Amino acid sequence: MKHFRKLTIPYIVWCVIFILIPLLLIAIYAFTTGGNEVRTLNFTLSNFAKINEATYIKVFIKSLELGFLTTGICLAAGYPLAYIISRAPEESQDMLIMGVTIPTWINMLLRTYAWMNLLSDNGIINTLLGMLGIDPVHMMYTNFSVILGMVCNFMPFMIIPIHTSLRKMDHSLIEAAMDLGANPFQTFRRIILKLSMPGVINGVVLVFLMAISSFVIPKLLGGGQFVLIGNLIESQFISIGDWNFGSAISLILAAIILIALRLMKKMDLKEVEEN
Amino acid sequence: MDKIIELKNLTKNFGNQQVLRGINLDIYQNEFLTLLGPSGCGKTTTLRIIAGFEEPSGGQILFDGTDISKVPAYKREVNTVFQKYSLFPHMNVYENVAFGLNIKKMDKALIETRVNRMLKLVGLADFGARDVTLLSGGQQQRVAIARALVNEPKVLLLDEPLGALDAKLRKDMQVELKKIQKEIGITFIFVTHDQEEALTMSDTVVVMNEGTIQQIGTPIDIYNEPENRFVAGFIGESNIIDGIMKKDLLVHFDDVDFECVDKGFPENEPVEVVLRPEDLDIVKPEDGKLTGEITSVTFKGVHYNVMVKTKYRDYRINTTDYWEIGTPVGLTLTPDDIHVMWKTQY
Repeated sequence: MKHFRKLTIPYIVWCVIFILIPLLLIAIYAFTTGGNEVRTLNFTLSNFAKINEATYIKVFIKSLELGFLTTGICLAAGYPLAYIISRAPEESQDMLIMGVTIPTWINMLLRTYAWMNLLSDNGIINTLLGMLGIDPVHMMYTNFSVILGMVCNFMPFMIIPIHTSLRKMDHSLIEAAMDLGANPFQTFRRIILKLSMPGVINGVVLVFLMAISSFVIPKLLGGGQFVLIGNLIESQFISIGDWNFGSAISLILAAIILIALRLMKKMDLKEVEEN
Repeated sequence: MDKIIELKNLTKNFGNQQVLRGINLDIYQNEFLTLLGPSGCGKTTTLRIIAGFEEPSGGQILFDGTDISKVPAYKREVNTVFQKYSLFPHMNVYENVAFGLNIKKMDKALIETRVNRMLKLVGLADFGARDVTLLSGGQQQRVAIARALVNEPKVLLLDEPLGALDAKLRKDMQVELKKIQKEIGITFIFVTHDQEEALTMSDTVVVMNEGTIQQIGTPIDIYNEPENRFVAGFIGESNIIDGIMKKDLLVHFDDVDFECVDKGFPENEPVEVVLRPEDLDIVKPEDGKLTGEITSVTFKGVHYNVMVKTKYRDYRINTTDYWEIGTPVGLTLTPDDIHVMWKTQY
């Protein structure tokens, strides 16, 4: 087995060059000022202090709001669908799940452009309404369009883990609960929900992370007014050129993600212990 | 004794498959009743209809005199012990057993008393905090029983609960279940395909096949006086021979007249004769009513299973003696050993 260790060397090199070093660089940028001037490295926390300003705090809050909203809608709509699929005949389940994931086979950018086409003031939906004699509805560049785009995009990532959890559940437990006097609602709350919780947590964290760090969908469907954390980072690096600030924000985002993952792992472990 | 459950002309179809073809059965209070039959005979379906997990396609089911066909499972005063136990994996032993009582929102102290008493009854007194998924099959079995009984149902349904246990544990549990039933004093409806199990535990045995009831009776009745070929063949081993009932107390088969104890058949009626392997005796050819030759001897532990080839057929005999293959022998039996049945269209 020892000589297999040598086979991991290319992977380690790859990780160091393309993951470790960039991360270190981001960290260095975050804690210094002076951009790319390597010779004048002033270590400072001013980048992080800058985040405390009102405008930037608003960005964080808006990102969290949109994150929660998107996650909530995905959960509310995704759980029932996952449940229905899990109760379908064994043979059709794989096909139904494939149906859920097929949209992800198409490039996200293309899908988002498609939504723009659908929702524009002179887009497909409004044209159809016009033919029916109904006034056009303004949908683009609103909360509605951004959330719609994010929910449609992230829904499969909520449905799949929940479905996996539900599929593993022994359905005779439902009969057992009802035999012991639990009505359908009580059965759902005490048995089904509890047993599918690992899947629910997985889905929730996954969707939440993707929602708060997304920037393409808010940009295309929301226009300039939708500045989320992702957009902020993008603008700092691409347009404004303040890599230090951009890096600081990235680190904060990374910290949020790590905390969320840690929480998810803890919940998962608790479930495993309880089982 | 009062009737607690009445099944009237119960039918059940799954698609074009007719699983129950008209079940009529009265079940009494405090009795240990077993539904016995081969796989696919409809016994589990009948049980599930009583539990409320299936709706009958036709017929009625009365509980204490009221039709409960439309009453959902969670409202019925019956509880079930499932074949796979179906314990809730995310709850420990105590929480599993207390589940039904928690649903009823019973007082916590009262729940504790009842649960602990029930755990003691099934021999799991200190198991409350244990993880159910780490228990042995026998222990899970007992948690399932406790979980069902703690709700003090009027009827307990058991769906082949001992199927997954090893032979010794199975026998021990049979005795325990019977003990519990007598102690608690409620009706047990037990489903199994193991006829020995049925005979050991039951007050009443209901033999089923292909969606119909073949015979209802006590274990002794079912064994000694099977009413048709199916019951005779399913319960215990038997030799079933076509014969003629010459007159009361005299039956003729294999070219020999035999005195027997059955009567009430028309003269010279074609009948089926049942001879149990343990009732036939192997003797010297000149002492036997029938003669033949030993063709096979199989050791079964408790006895040898010996096949004797006679003029018309092979007889199966259980005996503790060993016989050499090829030995010419005779077979004798007493009138009591012969059981005559009507020839069924079976």
